[in-house]
Order: sequence, then C-alpha cells, then structure tokens
Amino acid sequence: MNIIEISHLSKIYVTAAGETVALGDVSFSIQKGEFVAIMGPSGSGKSTLMHLLGCLDAPTSGTYMLDGENVENLTEDELAEIRNKKIGFIFQAFNLLPRTTVLQNVMLPMRYAGLPEEEREKRAVKYLEMVGLGQRLNYTSNQISGGQQQRVAIARALTMDPAILLADEPTGNIASAQAEEVMSIFQDINEKGHTVVMITHEPDIAAHAKRIIMIRDGQMVSDEPNKHVVRAKSG
Amino acid sequence: MDKETLFESLRTLTVNKMRTGLAILGIVIGIGSVIALVSLGQATQQSVQNNIESLGANLLTVIPGSQNSGAIRGAAGGATTLTDADALAIETSPQITTIQAVSPEVQGRAQLTAGDANANVPIIGSTPAYTIVHNVTMQVGTFITAQENISSSKVIVLGPQLASTLFPNNPDPVGQFVRLKGISFRVIGLTVSKGGAGFANQDNQAFIPLNTAQMQIFGQSYLSAIGLSAKSQNVMTTAENQVGYLLLSRHHITDPAQADFSIFSQQNILNAASTATGSFTALLSGVAAISLLVGGIGIMNIMLVTVTERTREIGLRKALGAKKKTVITQFLTESIILTFVGGIIGVLLGIALSFSITFFVHLPFILSPGSVLLAFVVSGGIGVLFGWYPARKAANLEPIEALRYE
Repeated sequence: MNIIEISHLSKIYVTAAGETVALGDVSFSIQKGEFVAIMGPSGSGKSTLMHLLGCLDAPTSGTYMLDGENVENLTEDELAEIRNKKIGFIFQAFNLLPRTTVLQNVMLPMRYAGLPEEEREKRAVKYLEMVGLGQRLNYTSNQISGGQQQRVAIARALTMDPAILLADEPTGNIASAQAEEVMSIFQDINEKGHTVVMITHEPDIAAHAKRIIMIRDGQMVSDEPNKHVVRAKSG
Repeated sequence: MDKETLFESLRTLTVNKMRTGLAILGIVIGIGSVIALVSLGQATQQSVQNNIESLGANLLTVIPGSQNSGAIRGAAGGATTLTDADALAIETSPQITTIQAVSPEVQGRAQLTAGDANANVPIIGSTPAYTIVHNVTMQVGTFITAQENISSSKVIVLGPQLASTLFPNNPDPVGQFVRLKGISFRVIGLTVSKGGAGFANQDNQAFIPLNTAQMQIFGQSYLSAIGLSAKSQNVMTTAENQVGYLLLSRHHITDPAQADFSIFSQQNILNAASTATGSFTALLSGVAAISLLVGGIGIMNIMLVTVTERTREIGLRKALGAKKKTVITQFLTESIILTFVGGIIGVLLGIALSFSITFFVHLPFILSPGSVLLAFVVSGGIGVLFGWYPARKAANLEPIEALRYE
C-alpha cells in the first residue's frame, strides 16, 4: 500500500528576479514500512520537497496523495489537522518549546488533537521510555543535551501514530555518537512498521536507510534500494 | 480557553517579568485613575448634596427682589418688600395647601463679645419654625420659643463653632451672657453641628428672636428671607407656584416678570450643583479613559513584539497541528491575563488612592460596585481589543516561513 504517492510534483517560486524552479516534475511513491533517505546537496530542492511532503507548503502543480488522501485544495486548518494526525516531524533544530518540560513537549500534538489529558500522559510516557528518556520527564528542554532533545522530538513525532515520520536533517545539530543513537532509534521504529522519510546531505547518515532517493537541481536523479544498510549501534 | 492554555500563558508571561510588569503598568494606571476619579467625583457630589440637604428638608426660600425706583435697579435682596404680614399670609391663607412650616427671617452680621472673646458672625432673627424649616436640632438647651419672640426677649442660641470661640473653656455656656450691640443676651442653647464646611458654615452663626432682631438690633420691620418647608418632595413645584401667586397678588403685581421677590427651591440648587459636579466627574473620567487607551496600546505593542520574537514557536505549533483558532486563543489569553491582572491591581490602587484622598480632605468615601465591575469588564475587553490584531498576526503566519525564521 502506498503511503506517499506523488506525481509530477513541482514548485516554482516567482520573485522579482523571475521564476525559480525549486522542484520540477518529481514523481515517486513510498510504501508503508519503508525507510527512505532523500539526499542532495544544499539548494537541490530537498527542503522544498520536505515542505511539500509535510503539507507545510502547497505545490505549484502535480498531485500528492498522503495515506490515500489527496491533500490538494485543503484549507489551512484542514492541513493543520493532516499534519497533526498523519505526519510526525523531526527537525534539524529539534524545535522543542523552551522552558517547557519534556513531558509537556511530547504531549503538545495530542493536545491539539483534543485527546483527554490522561491518555496524553500515558502515551507520552510510553514513547519517552521507548527513546530512553523515561527518567527525564520533568526536565525542561534546555536542561538536556542536543541528542536527548532530538530523542524527545522523536517521541513527540510518534505520539499521534502518524502515517509517516518526516525527518529533516535529524542529525545535523548533534554530536556523532548521539547521531548514531538517533539513527538506531529510527531503525528500531522502522522495524516496528513505521514509515520513515529522512532528508539529509550526509552519505553516512543516508546509509542507514533502506532506499535512497537522490535529488539535484530540483530533479530526481536516482532512486535505488540501499544494498549496504548500515546498522546503527544502539546506545 | 482551557486550563492548560491558561497555565502555559502564565508560564510564558513570567519569563520576562520586567516587560510583563511594564505592560501591566499602563493598565494599572488607567484603571486606577478611572476608579479613583469616579469615586472622588461621587464623593464630591455626595458631599455637596449633603451640605445642601442639611439646609433643610424640602426647603423653599423667598427672598426680596431688587428695589426698583423708576428706571433705577437696585441689588437683588436689597428690597424691603417682604414683611411679617407676607409670612403670616403664607401660613394662614387657604390657597396654600402644600406648606407645612413658615420661617420668617431677618439676617445681618454683627459683633458678639463674651468676656475677652469676640466674633463677627451672621445673626439670624428667627421664630421657632426655623428649626423645622432648616433642620436645626439642639445639642443643649432650647431654641427660641414663641413666647420669647412675642416678648422680644434678650436670648440667644449659638452655633457650636461660635460657642467654642466665645467660650473656649466652657463646653456648656447655657446661662452665660454675650453682648450684641451693647445689649446683653442670655445664652439659652447650642445647636448640633452640621459639619459646616464649604457651602455654608451653619455652625458659626447665632439666633435671636425675630422681634428682638427687627426692633433692637437691625432696626427694620421687613424680612430678609422667608424659609418655607414643603409637605413633601413631590409638591415642591406646586408649593413654589402657590406661594408665588399669593405674594404677587399681595404685592399687586400682575406680570410675574416684574415680581419683587424670588423663590429658590433646594432642589434647584441641588440640581445645579449636581450638574456642575457631574460634568466635572465626567471630564476627569474622560482624561482617565485616555490613559486607559494608552495602556491598551502599550499591551498591543508588547504583544506584537512577542509575536515577532516567537515566530519559530508559532511555526512549530502550526506544524504540529495547531489551528488558527488555537493560536489566536493562546495569544489572546496572554493579553487578557495582562490586562485583567492590570485591572485588579488598578482597582485596588484606585480604591486606596480614593480612600486616602477622601480621608485627608474629609469627604465621604464612596465606592460604587458598578464602577469596579465595569473596570474588570473594560480591562478584559481591552485585552481582547488590543490583543486581537497581534493574535491574528500570529495565527496567519505561514508555518514554513515561521520555522525558517532565525
């Protein structure tokens, strides 16, 4: 079953200097349970692709089916609901709320979904234990290390049981030992059946994925299974 | 607005305490000055009203008009047109149905001496009806009796302030003598203090029998005023008309515009005074409302800065599924907390300010629950009004732009 199905997706920015093609005519599909790395140098259009996949931006043309649903022509609030229920975001800069506890951070998407408080807390604790932060529930986000912050972000992304986990340079801001831990978690949750889409420019990070899509100058240049999946050493 | 949004907002607001404090200060000053000024305005109004009412219940005063001889007009009150007979006629005429007491009066200033002490005060020649018409009660002794009036007795009733001036070491001077124009008068009573400040000091005057005043002190047979007490508040206008027509016919005047007397009702004075103090209060409240407006603009300014500073946070919240309404609620909650807390502090400050001012200038302290309630509603309303634009601005941020923002 295709979780993501994009065809002829393009994004063109019109500025005073003229049209800039950030993404031109990209088509691919991703099935449930895949672990895909989208690679490309900076300026290749991979961030634009990530924004489109994350329903943070609308394409200029082409179609995007997410989990069987066409996400075109949706209002801002409908897109917010899609992002809340179907996409788990993991950002390069972690983007946790400052001065807010780890537990509160993880509970945030469930609050927007309107889940009862007990349920929120139960799930948050479950996923925080899964990423090894069961002892840090009441620390605020600025009291823990970068690697730990990213693990909190992963727990937050998982709580709504989304169709895809969408990670944008998830290891870009953390030390390599901790990056290894993060990749190990990604592989674990992928083995449990979660679909992971990771955007990166680092080949040794992309090497952990099962499939690698290469983007350059807004075009897809290759899309191949990774023959030598690197197994991350868990912490 | 749920409990969590409330706590979250409180947490956010306590991060930058200095800024939050300054934002609140504007509202505190605005609400505080509105409360204080409205309260002081009402206190002044009440005080003026008390003063006027203490002159007598349902009081009508007839005073002589100007003395006109030919084309020459004299000063109002200078005419010698009101007589004892006029007063008697008002009291006895079957046409007059609305008057319960008539107090003929003659008034002038004179020097009173008692031993080494002396005072120059208003001396009022009066009859027993004066106490009814002007609400006078006795502290000690008695007021002038009808018998004392008929027999032109040399007796005098002192106001409490005057008594302490003339007899500084004697709290009960009844039976003592004072001298007035070389004649010795026996003190027969002291009136109760009316708190004579401002409008008319009724504690610093003396009363002697009307006949004594006319014959022996002022040497005149006419009256300087006739005080009338209407039977009730509702018949004041009727009473004014009845007395007016009676006096016109007695004085053989056909054109009311040519009347040689004037009638004032206490209500007229009260209305004029209320209008004056009322517009004064309104003016001050208007100024206070402007400071409240400035405070509101301060809140808007702070909220706009907050939105810009927290662009990334807003982007994140939207990426995680916050809808427009959620973001608006969050920022409105913050601005309402600011203005509401400012409102509470402002109300307390305003009450304290008004209380201390009224305490030091001896005004009654009045706090209407309505104005306090209104202050809360207004401060909350200002939070919504001035928080709305920043909150909408936050809600309309594009998530990608917001996430990118450094």
